[in-house]
Amino acid sequence: MLLELEDLEVRYGAIPALKGIGLEIAQGEIVTLLGANGAGKTTTLRSISGLHHPTRGRIVFDGTDIATMAPHDVMALGVSHSPEGRRIFGRMSVMENLEMGAYRRRGAIRKDLDRVFELFPVLGERKRQPGGTLSGGEQQMLAIGRALMSEPRLLLLDEPSMGLAPLIVREIFSIIRQIRETGTTILLVEQNATQALRLADRGYVLENGAIVMADEARRLLQDPRVREAYLGEAAAPST
Amino acid sequence: MTAAPRRGSALRRLWTSEDARRGFACVVGGLVLAVMTGPEGSSTAPTSGFTGSLFHARVIGFIVFGLVLWGLITVRRRYATQVRAFSDKVTAAPRRLLPDKRVRAVVYLAVLAFAIAYPATLNSFWQEVLVDQIGVYVLLAIGLNVVVGYAGLLDLGYIAFFAIGAYSAAYWTGALPIHPPFHLNPFYAIPLAIIAAMLAGVVLGAPTLRLRGDYLAIVTLGFGEIIQIVATNLQGVTGGAQGVIGIPHFSIHLLGIHYDWGINSLPYYYLLLGFVVLVLFGFHFLENSRVGRAWVAIREDEVAAESSGINVLKYKVMAFAIGASTSGFAGMLEASKISFVEPADLTVQLSILILVLVIFGGMGSLPGAVVGAAVLQWLPQYLRVHPLLGFQQQDIYIYLGALLVVMMIFRPEGIIPSRRRKREIGLAEHGVGHADALSGQSGPVA
Repeated sequence: MLLELEDLEVRYGAIPALKGIGLEIAQGEIVTLLGANGAGKTTTLRSISGLHHPTRGRIVFDGTDIATMAPHDVMALGVSHSPEGRRIFGRMSVMENLEMGAYRRRGAIRKDLDRVFELFPVLGERKRQPGGTLSGGEQQMLAIGRALMSEPRLLLLDEPSMGLAPLIVREIFSIIRQIRETGTTILLVEQNATQALRLADRGYVLENGAIVMADEARRLLQDPRVREAYLGEAAAPST
Repeated sequence: MTAAPRRGSALRRLWTSEDARRGFACVVGGLVLAVMTGPEGSSTAPTSGFTGSLFHARVIGFIVFGLVLWGLITVRRRYATQVRAFSDKVTAAPRRLLPDKRVRAVVYLAVLAFAIAYPATLNSFWQEVLVDQIGVYVLLAIGLNVVVGYAGLLDLGYIAFFAIGAYSAAYWTGALPIHPPFHLNPFYAIPLAIIAAMLAGVVLGAPTLRLRGDYLAIVTLGFGEIIQIVATNLQGVTGGAQGVIGIPHFSIHLLGIHYDWGINSLPYYYLLLGFVVLVLFGFHFLENSRVGRAWVAIREDEVAAESSGINVLKYKVMAFAIGASTSGFAGMLEASKISFVEPADLTVQLSILILVLVIFGGMGSLPGAVVGAAVLQWLPQYLRVHPLLGFQQQDIYIYLGALLVVMMIFRPEGIIPSRRRKREIGLAEHGVGHADALSGQSGPVA
C-alpha cells in the first residue's frame, strides 16, 4: 500500500472531526472520498499532508509514519496537496505559482513545466498573467499544476470541482484521469459524487467523521444508499 | 418618473456636486492649517488656540489658500488628459532607461558619490543630524523592511532589539555596572551585539511566529515594553533609569595605526555609510533569492505556502531574526557614537516611527526604506531650523500623522514602491487578494 490510515482520530479542541478512520490507497489508484459538508473529508487530507496532527492513529506513507511530520517534510516524501478553495498565489504570475510548487526541488524544472503546460494549455498561454486574474476553472488548473510541480507520488485533490461550471468540471476530471495515466496516485475528495465515482477505482463514504461505506467505485455508484444520499435520487422503490 | 424632492434640493445638488465638495474640503484643510500654525492654547485659556487662529484676520489668508488649492485641483482635473500626456512625456526617458541594469548602477554610484562627498561640506549640526537622525534610522528602516515588507510580519516592538544591541555594546565594553570577562573594543563588540539581538529575535520569534497576524503585533508590543521596563528597573545590571554612560567610541589600534572616532560626527557618518551599503547589498541579494521568494509566498497565503513545501515557521523566524539583528546593530553603533543609552529613549513610539518610515518609503522596497527614512527624518530637523508658518517641534507627530493619511489615500504603495507591492495594491483595487501588510496571515484557517 502506498498510503494507509489506521484508526485516525483528529480533534479540533474537544470536538472530534475524525473518529478513528481507516483507509488504504495502492500505488496507481484513484481513490475518492465522498461525504457531505462537515463529514471530515478536508480534515482527512489536511492530516495526511501534515497541516493537522492526529490525536490517535497512524498515517503510513510508503512505509513511513508521517502522522506527526511537518507539512514540508511530508511533501519532501512525495505527497502533494492541492488545497480546498484552490489557494493559488493571486498576485504571483502563473509561472511564479508553478515555480513555488517546485520550491522543494533542486535542479531543472523545465520538463515538469512542459508537462503542466501540456495538460493545461491555457496556463501556457497565460504564463505572465497574475494568478488572481484567471477564471475559476483556470485557477483550479493552476492549483493542480502547482501541486504537480513537486513530482508527487501521491496527489491530494480537495474538491477540484468546487464552484465550477459542469463543462469545466468534466474537463478537469478528464485531466485528472490523464495524470493518473502518468503513474501518479490520486486521493480525490469530492461532493460531486457521480463524476468522482465514474473516475475513481474505489471510494470511501464519510459521515460525521467515520467511514460508513468502502467499495469499488462502480458498486458504490449502484448502491441505493449512495444514490439516495449523494446522487440526489429518491430511494429505489422496493417492489 | 418621480418629481425630485423640492425641499433643500439646491443644497443637496450643491453637496452632491463633486466640485463643491472638493472646494469645501480645501477650505476645511485651510482652516485646519490655520489652527495648526496659530497661537498655542494654554491651561488658563484652553480654547485660545482656536479663537486666536479662527477669529483673527490671518484666517482669511488660509481660506484664500484653500480656494486657490481648489482652483488648482479643478484646473488640473479639467485638463487631466493633457497633464497626463505631459507627465508621460517628461518621465518617458527615465522609465525607459531605469529598468536597464547599467543605468541603475550608474544612478546608484552617483547617489553614493554624493553621499560620500556632500556631508563633508555641512556644518557640525547637520553632520550630527546625518548620523543620529538619518543614518541610524536608515539602518533601522531597512532592517524592519525585511520583517514587515518582505515577510509581512507586523513588529511593533522593533526598538527592543535596538536596546539589546545598545546594552550589549555597553556590557562588552565594560560600561555597565556588571562587568564582562574581558573588555572589548567596540569593533569586536559588533558581532556580539548582533548575535545577542538575533538570539533575542529567535527566542521571541520561535514561539510567537506560530501565531498569525494581530497576535504577533501584540506580543512584540509587549516585548518592547518589557525590555524598556527591565532596562529602567534592573538597576544593578543596566544602571537603571539614568542610563549608562561612558560607552567608548570606536577606535582602531592595528599595525601601528591609531585612530579614534572621537566626538565628531563625520567619521561615524562614513562608518555608518559603509555598513549601510554592506547591509543593502546583503538584503538585495536576499530579496531575490529562494528565501525572498518564500517570504513573498508566506506574505500572500500561509496555507498555500505550506502546501508548496515551504517551512513557514523557519522563514518567518529568519526574517524576524534578520530584522532584529539589524536593529541591534544600529543600537550598538548609536550607543558607541553618543556613548550613552537611556531607557526613556526606547519607547514604543520609536518602534512605530520606524514602521512609519518603512510604510512611507514603500514596503518591501530597499530604495524606499532608505529614502523614506532619510526624508521623514530630515524634514523635522529642517523645519526646526527654518520654522515654516510657525512650525513647532512638539507638533511633529500631528504632521507626520496627517502626511501618512494623505499618503495612504493617494499613494498607498509608498514613495518608491517595490514593483511587486505595486502590483499587489493594483490588483487589490480590482478585488484580487488584499493589500495590507499582513495579508499572508489573514487568510481563513480551514
